[in-house]
Amino acid sequence: MTPALSIQNVAKTFSTAQGDVRALDHVSIDIRAGEFVSVIGPSGCGKSTLMNIVGGLVDDYEGEVHLDGALVRGCQKQIGVVFQEESTFPWRTAIDNVAFPMEAAGLPREARMARARELLELVGLNGFENRFPSELSGGMRQRIAIARTLAFQPRILLMDEPFAALDEQTRLLLGDKVLQIQQELNQTTLLITHNIAEAVQLSDRVLIMSFRPGRIKRVIDIDLPRPRSSKLMGGEKFGQYVAAIWEDLREEASKGLQDMERVRAGA
Amino acid sequence: MASATLTSLRKPPAIVTRFGALALFLLGWEAASRAGWISAFIVPPPSEIYNSFEMLFVQEGLVDAFLRTFGEAFAAAGLGSVIGIAVGYLLHRSKLAGLAYTDWVAAMASAPLVLLYPLFLVVFGRNSATIVAMGVVGCLPPIILKTKEGLDGVKPVLLNVGRTYGLTPWRQFRMIQFPAALPTIFNGVRIGLLFAIINVVGVEYLIVFGGLGQMISDLGDRFEIAAMFGGIVFVILVSVCFFFITEKIETWLLSSK
Repeated sequence: MTPALSIQNVAKTFSTAQGDVRALDHVSIDIRAGEFVSVIGPSGCGKSTLMNIVGGLVDDYEGEVHLDGALVRGCQKQIGVVFQEESTFPWRTAIDNVAFPMEAAGLPREARMARARELLELVGLNGFENRFPSELSGGMRQRIAIARTLAFQPRILLMDEPFAALDEQTRLLLGDKVLQIQQELNQTTLLITHNIAEAVQLSDRVLIMSFRPGRIKRVIDIDLPRPRSSKLMGGEKFGQYVAAIWEDLREEASKGLQDMERVRAGA
Repeated sequence: MASATLTSLRKPPAIVTRFGALALFLLGWEAASRAGWISAFIVPPPSEIYNSFEMLFVQEGLVDAFLRTFGEAFAAAGLGSVIGIAVGYLLHRSKLAGLAYTDWVAAMASAPLVLLYPLFLVVFGRNSATIVAMGVVGCLPPIILKTKEGLDGVKPVLLNVGRTYGLTPWRQFRMIQFPAALPTIFNGVRIGLLFAIINVVGVEYLIVFGGLGQMISDLGDRFEIAAMFGGIVFVILVSVCFFFITEKIETWLLSSK
């Protein structure tokens, strides 16, 4: 069966004043339709570079990205991206933010507003349609960004540490919301994260990346029952998965930390 | 509760402090003038200036002069906004142009550009076109600089959102860059309008052609000193009103950001 998203031998080297830096080294990932896959790794392992490549925001790379078997390059409407940083448009209300991609595509106002309303309901923001992002919390703003990304019913939902700026409780609740959306839409999702519990809570598979150059070090299948919620976190099996991932990640995170300290000492 | 009351007694509202200070200044000026400490001929007391307003409205056509001056200033600010935003966009788009010209534009902002009026007098003649052109020259630097600053400051993630939806560069500008930069651009237009008013009144005064500038110049020539001060006070008051109104609009724009 053709994977919904196939990343084949993707590599990326950045030229810096200190010389070339190999950020990614022949990364290959296949994701089945409806699957939730997380990529976890230490800072500097090339997670975000990988996301930018799949999202079409970086053109200059080695390897190939296939969507339903077809080679793609550059931004695709079929690949929706939720960014780590706050990305709602502050001059637009919640509903106008969600309707943005449909407006850009030239959909009539009535149709796009109706769809935007549905999506706001999906992310639990009905009643906040006419609020500006500045009037909403960080978690609510990120839910708007998710709803906006889902507007075109993308084949692949890419999320780059979407909860990184949020507090732990909001992060857990938003994780539940993402699980619910993924379940309702059977949404194929690739999540980039550095949070182990989040990766276990949400994913069918967790891919652990090595420190620079980023490679897939290990793949862990998460065999936890669905539908899931953050209540899973108290379970023994959940703890075992977290421990197993940390076992692999610890060495890579130490390398990352040493590198950071070396750079600081050099500076 | 008691300490809160004491605090509110100690700290009067800002508006009371501002107008209180102004009232104190005017009272001191009035007293000094009446006591003969300052010449009432050179600097008439505030009461005389106030009384001159009737003459300004009835005999000197203050309303017509105001409409003419501010019509010219708004025309200059409008034209300056179109040119300034376009130039600011170019300085933002071209790294080389930005590097080459931004500092020069900033230097222009601090130069007394009103002194260029003889050049425009030769090009356009002694008419409204010269006055509007001088207004445009005055308001261009802040509008160009603020446009560039606003566009440079747009968060890259917002542009990436546009890219993921396949927006063309024009739609990217129209739907993301421009609205994101609008509060900063408006700040430039606001400063530009004030610079345009200064230049328009200044050139009207220098070339003695229409509007409040000519009215103030004529009154000075006729030694109607109180009325001349009245004209100056009127220009200041209207400028202050514009300053506050545009500040409120800017705050509203920023609050939605």
